[in-house]
Amino acid sequence: MSREPIDQFAAGQTEERRASVRLGSKAGHEKRTLAIFGDYARPDRLRAIAGQIKQHTLDHLDVYLERAAARLEANGAKVHFAADADSARRTIAGILQRRQAKRAVKAKTMVSEEIELARHLEQCGIECVETDLGEFVVQVSDDVPSHIVKPILHKNRREIAETFERIGLGPYDDTPEVITRRARVFLRRKYLEADAAITGANFVSADSGRIVLVTNEGNSRFCIAATRCHVVIVGIEKVIPTERDLGVFLNLLARSATGQQLSVYTEFISGPRGPGQPDGPDEMHVVFLDNGRTDVLAGDCREILRCIRCGACLNVCPVYRQASGHAYRSVYPGPVGAVLSPLLAGDRFSEFSDLPRASSLCGACHEVCPVDIPIEDLLVRLRNRAKQTGVKSPGTPSMAAWSLIASEPPAWRAALAAGRVVDVLPSWLAPAALRAWRENHEMPSWRGGAFRTWLAKRRTKRDG
Amino acid sequence: MNAPLPSRRVQLMATCLCDAFYDDVAAASVEVLEHLGCTVTVPEDQTCCGQPAFNTGDWPAARPVARHTLRVFSGDEPVVVPSGSCAKMLSHGAALLFEGEEDAATAASLARRAWELSDFIVHGLGVRAWPGRFDAKIAFHRSCHSRGARYADAALALLRSIHGVVVEEFGEAEQCCGFGGTFAVAFPHISREMGSLKLDHVLAHSHDAVVSTDMGCLMHLSGLARKAGRPFHALHVVQILRDALSQAPPSTRS
Repeated sequence: MSREPIDQFAAGQTEERRASVRLGSKAGHEKRTLAIFGDYARPDRLRAIAGQIKQHTLDHLDVYLERAAARLEANGAKVHFAADADSARRTIAGILQRRQAKRAVKAKTMVSEEIELARHLEQCGIECVETDLGEFVVQVSDDVPSHIVKPILHKNRREIAETFERIGLGPYDDTPEVITRRARVFLRRKYLEADAAITGANFVSADSGRIVLVTNEGNSRFCIAATRCHVVIVGIEKVIPTERDLGVFLNLLARSATGQQLSVYTEFISGPRGPGQPDGPDEMHVVFLDNGRTDVLAGDCREILRCIRCGACLNVCPVYRQASGHAYRSVYPGPVGAVLSPLLAGDRFSEFSDLPRASSLCGACHEVCPVDIPIEDLLVRLRNRAKQTGVKSPGTPSMAAWSLIASEPPAWRAALAAGRVVDVLPSWLAPAALRAWRENHEMPSWRGGAFRTWLAKRRTKRDG
Repeated sequence: MNAPLPSRRVQLMATCLCDAFYDDVAAASVEVLEHLGCTVTVPEDQTCCGQPAFNTGDWPAARPVARHTLRVFSGDEPVVVPSGSCAKMLSHGAALLFEGEEDAATAASLARRAWELSDFIVHGLGVRAWPGRFDAKIAFHRSCHSRGARYADAALALLRSIHGVVVEEFGEAEQCCGFGGTFAVAFPHISREMGSLKLDHVLAHSHDAVVSTDMGCLMHLSGLARKAGRPFHALHVVQILRDALSQAPPSTRS
């Protein structure tokens, strides 16, 4: 029998990997809970405000995007708009090639994963080194991230130590401090050699044209400080109206993502190096990426574009905890990915349309979301869209017969009476859904119509 | 937010699970509501709220069923449901299902009149404490539809007010039990792992009963537990409310 891909992936995982993912995400959720409830009596109010600001921005994105671009240009940055991944890759490669850049250092950015930027640059003969520790480990082990904030949540330190030994960073040693020090020594040299820096942006303020970058390792600061050319790749939905709004977003982002009150580094970058400034890039480019976002904005799941990539929904999600990020086969895993990936896939929607089904619709994601995205509603909308487009859903029983019976009361009452057969039905005769249920569960005894009989008897007794 | 109550006349939606498996929960709901002075009608033609098909995304199959429910529970009386899940389908799911459709206004009307049972008792009728006695140490499983709603806290407040009831906390209470309707059969591995984890927490201490506002969660959990050879006693909140009354002083009995 065909199975849901995510269920199959989860069942095939090693116990070691399952434990890494489960413990890591559980710890992440617990830190978030402490941080957010420790500091705010009613965090739900703050989440609602953040959601409203983001939704307002999305509803007027044309205005804010134009404003942000104008301010950025006024600040001395060059602004580019990329309609799709290919256009973004070509734009960035073009910028680097014009400068004859051979080596780039890159900070963590999910959009660069989305457009597979590092791989593309390597193909163009430009070295592109990941400088975020987790992303660096992903890169050198030829892996893909499994979490938005913690790319190597699925790995334990023994695996990392083995990789480091294999690529020649020193003999096997899985002490976390040693692992970190070795990466640091390697990366310091890369910063100094680099011709260009590539970063993302957590927010772009439309009123000031400033890029806001949040990190914990300071790697983005090194990237920018040591190079002459800074390229920012950012999704169009990252614009916010004013810097004042950061009071809401920065307070929520770090608490939701890592349980910190504020990330270790929060950088505000207004443009390239100005006159009198001794350091920093003398060229700055900002590439705004659409890549399907405008289509999402026009549809009935647009709230997903509020996402600030904190990963809180991954950490709390019971399905993510069982299945791990790789089960989602896309850059954005977990609940947010289950919505975003099929939407951003465009014509390839059906390849990812199973992702929205991988949820018990428990709504824990919505409950922790710093921008109040009703993820469970978007999941059912996408299930409906998949159904409408005729995509198969293995294991989900057909609802056709149930629909007929449950809209005809006499048929319903007859079914209640006849249902007693499930108590005695041999497995091989039972419909697939019942067989699947019995794999894991004992059936409760059939009591179809018993309540109605009780009611009728009671009425007779009273009336009599 | 629910509309104010015009009177103590209510309609009971028994739910399809109680209609098929858990008749005692529906019967207890009638008795408890009547104890509170309500006149309870149980529309004969009721079937199901439509959530099973709604959740799978088969909205064309869900609409006739949900539309039937809108018709059966017309009028202006509150509709009380001994399930937070079905109540959420009436108060929220139907709005998505009929968005931009002819039935949207009717769905909105039912949404305003739909109450989960404990919510109705505490916030609709203003009952703050429950009389009687029920000697049991219980684990209370919060069903997921209570997120952002007040009925789980309402049920807990009622339970805690009963003499003899001791509510024991357990770990990772915010995590789903893994039921999710057809999710449990389409994702059998993940659903079972989620359920086993919940059982590990719930059964870490000995309880006389595992209690919830939703028979869906309890059907899944007790089915898993019995299959795995670690059965427990499952009770709906309303069964405890009813049973406590039989040990209440005569003045508070119906």
